[in-house]
Amino acid sequence: MAITLRLAWRNLWRNPRRTWFTASAIAFITVLLIFIITLQMGAFDMMLDTSLRVFTGQMQIQREGYLDKPQMRVTVARAQNLAGSLRRATGLPGIAVRANGFALAASGTRSYGVPVVGVEPAHESAVSTIPRLIRQGRYLANDTAQELVVGAVLARNLKIKVGDELTLLGAGMDGSVAATVLPVVGLFESGSPELDRHLVEMPLQTFQEVFSMGQEAHALVISGPSLERMAATQVLVRQHMPQDPALVLLDWEKLLPGVKQVMQADIIEHWFLYIVLILVVTFSILNTFLMSVLERTREFGIMLALGATPLGIGRLVLLESTLLTLLGLAIGIVLGGGIALYFNYYGFTFKGMQELYSQFGFAGVITPKITFVNVMTGPAVIFAFTVAAALYPAWRIRRLRIVEAMHAVH
Amino acid sequence: METTVVCRGVSKIYRQDTVAVPALTDIDLEIPKLDFVCLSGPSGSGKSTLLNLIGGLDAPTAGEIEVDGQRVDKMEKGALADLRLRKIGFVFQAYNLIPVLTARENVEFVMQLQGVGAEERTRKARKILKEVGIEELENRRPGELSGGQQQRVAVARAIVSEPSLVLADEPTANLDSKTAENLMQLLRHMNREHGVTFVFSTHDKLVMEFSRRLITLRDGRIVDDVRRD
Ligand SMILES: Nc1ncnc2c1ncn2[C@@H]1O[C@H](COP(=O)(O)OP(=O)(O)OP(=O)(O)O)[C@@H](O)[C@H]1O
Ligand SMILES: [Mg+2]
Repeated sequence: MAITLRLAWRNLWRNPRRTWFTASAIAFITVLLIFIITLQMGAFDMMLDTSLRVFTGQMQIQREGYLDKPQMRVTVARAQNLAGSLRRATGLPGIAVRANGFALAASGTRSYGVPVVGVEPAHESAVSTIPRLIRQGRYLANDTAQELVVGAVLARNLKIKVGDELTLLGAGMDGSVAATVLPVVGLFESGSPELDRHLVEMPLQTFQEVFSMGQEAHALVISGPSLERMAATQVLVRQHMPQDPALVLLDWEKLLPGVKQVMQADIIEHWFLYIVLILVVTFSILNTFLMSVLERTREFGIMLALGATPLGIGRLVLLESTLLTLLGLAIGIVLGGGIALYFNYYGFTFKGMQELYSQFGFAGVITPKITFVNVMTGPAVIFAFTVAAALYPAWRIRRLRIVEAMHAVH
Repeated sequence: METTVVCRGVSKIYRQDTVAVPALTDIDLEIPKLDFVCLSGPSGSGKSTLLNLIGGLDAPTAGEIEVDGQRVDKMEKGALADLRLRKIGFVFQAYNLIPVLTARENVEFVMQLQGVGAEERTRKARKILKEVGIEELENRRPGELSGGQQQRVAVARAIVSEPSLVLADEPTANLDSKTAENLMQLLRHMNREHGVTFVFSTHDKLVMEFSRRLITLRDGRIVDDVRRD
């Protein structure tokens, strides 16, 4: 084995320029893949983090069935008590109760059907960015305050401003008419067009009175300290949740199924591109391998005459290309990993992205996500392709005729 | 006396496109163990072809060939490779050696194919390189050796695992006469000391002088076969 390995390694350096060229091509595509994949995964995390932090939260406790069919009477009983004991038991500050309703919002001349959400002003800012993104006026004062905040676009559409009153008309949980007139104390701009155009928030107890809900609510919105610790947070919450089969803990994939689909589609789309790139590099490598084999026809003829088998020589050629590929991959992984680490530390941003995101309380900086899988998937696929490409020249050696090979010009 | 090589009615016809080129016609030949045989004859007379057939590098068109009692012409590729590996040593005219391996590694290469352990390989290679007189050059690569030194390494490699037969196709063709003579002395020495049968080809009168038996080929036939010892 030792001699075969030495032989393979030295054969690589018979034509150092060609070897470096090939290794560089492999290294280049490796760097590219590591960088793009870690960046893409980082971008997904940023996108996910952003969308969860605006309003949805990392997870929610709801009554079983509410997600599929959000009917008002499918509630979590004594939701605020439950939230309080969960906060104490888990030590997580980011737990807030919400109740959801629907109403016709009317101002002087215009009216729109809008979702109305009852929130705990004291806790809402721990699970949503909206309390901090009030562009005019202020956020809700407390659980019993008789007031509203609305999305800035909705306010514009309704032609109302801070201080104006808004009439809400809907149906209570018991089927009674829910009607109220409340002053608007703040306008928010969350960055989510959907929320800014539709959402109305009011204090939870006010909501419970208007919609005849007693002590009940629809969701406990929960956000842990960070996205990285989301899985741990979920385990923690599950441990301390009441053992009530009617209550379910829903993660973001259930709450925002569209986001997951968009990510998967994006990954598949990218891989089409990666495969094309890898194929281009693979073909140039195949060419190199073939040349290096053809050049040595005479030498292989002699080795065969000495009693080497075509299989043995094929293995040698395969070993050479494997070493070459590993060399390229090693360089690529070091460089690509280095670049990913650099941006992991300093952050990666596009021109304009930072300004756009900072308006809504986000950094607007992508942190490449460095995990074993994100870094090694690209190199593993490249390895598979190049080794497959090396099989062809190795296989061609089977067809060598010794006498002819020994008379080859090279 | 034991025979190492037997050829019975051996013919070889090369097909080039549509033309048939007869390279050997009806060769009958016996080479006893320990013989030191020279194949001579003009260019194109079939010397290389005969050596290649005996060594199982190519198959005869007709006839039977035995090496050490085994029918070479009937063997399959794998068995042939094994026969060459264990029973036959080769020395070619030039560029015999694997260029990226040192002299000693070239000698060890064959032993590695035979599955000899690393320590024994090194020991045997050193010993044989000393015997061919280039032990101090063992770490040089072929490119750093003269033609004569390269051929000595090739001889060392051919002989190191004590084969029954060494086939050498014009081993001295690229050497000056002094170096050629030294190489022939080395081959004779190996023939006597290691009990290996040698068959070699040459154009060179001086080299023929070293043989114990001189076979002359012409147009693919044996036209002369004289014992000289
Ligand atoms: N691969 C081949 N294809 C076709 N014809 C061949 C081939 N190899 C050899 N021949 C022919 O067979 C005949 C014998 O060739 P061979 O090489 O055995 O001669 P040789 O005695 O070794 O000659 P030289 O002294 O020049 O080496 C020649 O006519 C040659 O042209
Ligand atoms: Mg010849």
